[in-house]
Order: sequence, then C-alpha cells, then structure tokens
Amino acid sequence: MSAPFGTAFDLIVSGDPALYEIIGLSLRVTLSAVAIAALLGLPLGAALALARFPGRGAVIVLFNALMGLPPVVAGLLIYLLLSRSGPLGDLALLFTPAAMIVAQTVLILPIVVSLTRSVTEDLWAEYEEQLKSLGATRLRAVPTLLWDGRVSLLTGVLAGFGRASAEVGAVLIVGGNIAGYTRTMTTAITLETSRGNLGLAVALGLILMALTLTLNALAWSLGQWQRERIG
Amino acid sequence: MTRTILPLTLETVSYAVSGTPLLRDVSLTIGAGRRLVVMGPNGAGKSLLLRLCHGLLAPTTGRVRWASGEARPKAQGMVLQRPVLLRRSVAANLDYPLALAGLPKAERRAMVEASLARFGLAPLAARPARRLSGGEQQRLALARAWALRPEILFLDEPSAALDPSATRLVEAAIASVAADGITVVMTTHDLGQARRLAEDVVFLHRGRLVEHGPADAFFSVPQSPEARAFVAGDLVW
Repeated sequence: MSAPFGTAFDLIVSGDPALYEIIGLSLRVTLSAVAIAALLGLPLGAALALARFPGRGAVIVLFNALMGLPPVVAGLLIYLLLSRSGPLGDLALLFTPAAMIVAQTVLILPIVVSLTRSVTEDLWAEYEEQLKSLGATRLRAVPTLLWDGRVSLLTGVLAGFGRASAEVGAVLIVGGNIAGYTRTMTTAITLETSRGNLGLAVALGLILMALTLTLNALAWSLGQWQRERIG
Repeated sequence: MTRTILPLTLETVSYAVSGTPLLRDVSLTIGAGRRLVVMGPNGAGKSLLLRLCHGLLAPTTGRVRWASGEARPKAQGMVLQRPVLLRRSVAANLDYPLALAGLPKAERRAMVEASLARFGLAPLAARPARRLSGGEQQRLALARAWALRPEILFLDEPSAALDPSATRLVEAAIASVAADGITVVMTTHDLGQARRLAEDVVFLHRGRLVEHGPADAFFSVPQSPEARAFVAGDLVW
C-alpha cells in the first residue's frame, strides 16, 4: 500500500519530465476549456436571464439537463463530429488537444450558463428598476449584472473547472490518450492503474487533488475578500 | 439647457394592476423650478405617481407628456424609495450613468469629481458603496441621480428611515440642488419635512389627486376634509 506513495513522492520531487508534461497538458486543456466556456457562457447565461422569448423555459431546462450530460456521451458526440467521415472531419482535429478542449468546453458550458442565469436572474430582480432609471437598456444591463455578480459567478466557473479537470471519458474518447501528446492526468491514471504502474497513478492523483484544493481555496479567499469589500 | 423638457403634464392618468385601480384620473402640470412635495397616507399612490412621471411605469390610461415631446427624456433623474447601489466604489456608482450616456472618459472623470465634492462624498470616493451608512448611501443615490445634471429630480421618500442628523444632510443636499433651478418632485410622509421643503403640494388620497397648490395655503387652510385631517396629524388612510 505504501510503496506507490513512495514512488509517487519520488516522481513529484525529482521533477519527472513525463509527469510534468502530463500535468502541463491537462492544465492547458482544462484552462482553455474553462476560458472558452466562460467567454461564451457568462453572456449567454445573463442574456437568458433577461431575455423573454417563446421557448425560453425549454432552453433553460435543456441547459440544466446538460449539466448532467455523461462525459462519455459528450465525448462520443464530439468523436462522431470530428471523425474522418464526420461533418467536421476535414478539420483533422480528432486525437488532438484541440478536440479535448472542445469536448471539455461542451461539458462545462451548461454549468456556466445555468449558474450564470440563476445568479443574474436574482440580481436583475433587485436591479431592474434602478438600472432602467439610470438609463440602461436590457442589453446594456448584461455586463453590469455580470460584473456585480462576479463573486457568485466565480463559483460557477470554478464548478466548471472541477468537472473538466476530473472527467476522463470525454478526453479519452476524443484525445485517444496518446503518450506525450494527448495524455492527461485522468487518462494517465486510468492507464497506469490498469498497467499496475501505481506510483505514477498515485502521483497524478495527488497532484490533481492538490490543484483542485488550491484553486478552490484561492477562489474562496477571493470571494470572501470581495464580499467584505463590496458588500 | 436651451431646450427644456418642462413642464411635465399628466393627462387623466390612471394606473391599474390586474383590474384594481391604484391611481385614478390624475391630471397635473409640473412647472419648472419649483419644489413639489407629494403627500398622502400610505397606499395613496405617491410612489406610483413618481414612477409614472419618471417613465418606469406606463399609465394604463391617460398620458404623460413632456414639453420636449420625448417619450422619456434623459434630463431627469430619480432616487427610488430603496435605491440600489451597485456593488462597486462610490466613484464607480457616480460614473455609471455617465458611461451609459456615452460621455467621453475625461469629461466623466471631471463630472464625477464635481458630484463627489458637491454632495460631500469626496472622502468616500474609493469606498465600496454598499458599505456606507444609511445617510451616506442616500446622499450617494441623490448624487448619482444628479450625475447627468437633470432638469427635474424625482425623490421617493429620500430620508425615510434616517436619523435626524442624516436627514438634515439629505435635506440640505435637496435644497442646494433645488437652488440651482432643478425642479424637485418628492414624496414624504413626514409633515415636518414637507413644511421645510415644499413650495407646492400635491395631496393624494386613495389613488386620487385631492389637492394641488402652494404649500402655504395647503398647510394653513387645506380645502378637503382628508387633507385637513392629514395636516392636523390625524390618522388618515
């Protein structure tokens, strides 16, 4: 039981290049996906909170449901789109980091959209009359609400990061777990565990948990500090 | 101010919510440069009247007409009964309506500075708005409504729930704004405040405009029994 942990610490401390390459790729993929999902999802969620159109309820339910989309299903869909005979096959993106970014974005987007909608909807109820009085249109209210809801919205983006960094199914299917190219922490853990190479698996697991913990601690402190400051 | 938006005319304005009339056939002309206090018991429609004038609500029947012919002119500001301060600094709150109006940055900075100085908020400029005291928040809301240098300001219970010293500061700010020639229309349920600030009075009772005239006459010889009772300090509802 303790042997893998010993190996794990050795790998981490010695700065094993294979280990750090995997960590680097994982972070690159997940942070890119989070950034894209935030860029799309924040305005989309806020717009969904403020806009009134037929079928709005259905769209909201759809995004809520997609929060529970199984990663392997998301991976399969992206796979079908990107495979050589698929509609986007000419882009030759399958089994590249770009495909993994797309898959993770698809997984995170519903979380960011749904949480943003819920946060901005509450804020809008409080702000609507005031913003109208000050001369803001609904469209112009979107950035205002996003900025004033920044503390709560950070939680939503972070939840997205959590889902993306933890999932294995989607990146495995569209990335292919190619050593040195599309091997992420989660896919490596799966592979190394099945190979009996527990040291590397444990090292990756520890780092993955440490990363998530650190990020959440940072976000929580930032939130506390902002709450104190802005009231 | 070459072209003025005043007077503001309400033509038989009514407002109903799902069939229940809350304001009935109110006709009223608000001329430039006066301090008008809207009085009446709770539920008389004071707040509603201000929001209809300001354009936050549309009348069910009747018309709200500005002299400029615009549907909702920009040269008007309002302090809501519960003003919502943005989760930003005092200065950023004052900058917000200026940014909405599309003014260039340099001009905005100068205007924010002027607003801060004018309402005694300069030492608080960098403070988060929601961390201010009640009186400071109310002055900030007033300063923000004034930020675009309106011709007319609507103030809904501007000093409700403030202690006397904070109320005095808010009243001083209102008086100084009015002294610039800005038309002030405000509601209050505080008779003392009405006496201190009103030049004209509108008295509402159960959604109807019962009296409208100079404050002196209203306070000395109210015409209607409801207003007489109200001025005498009886409980009117």
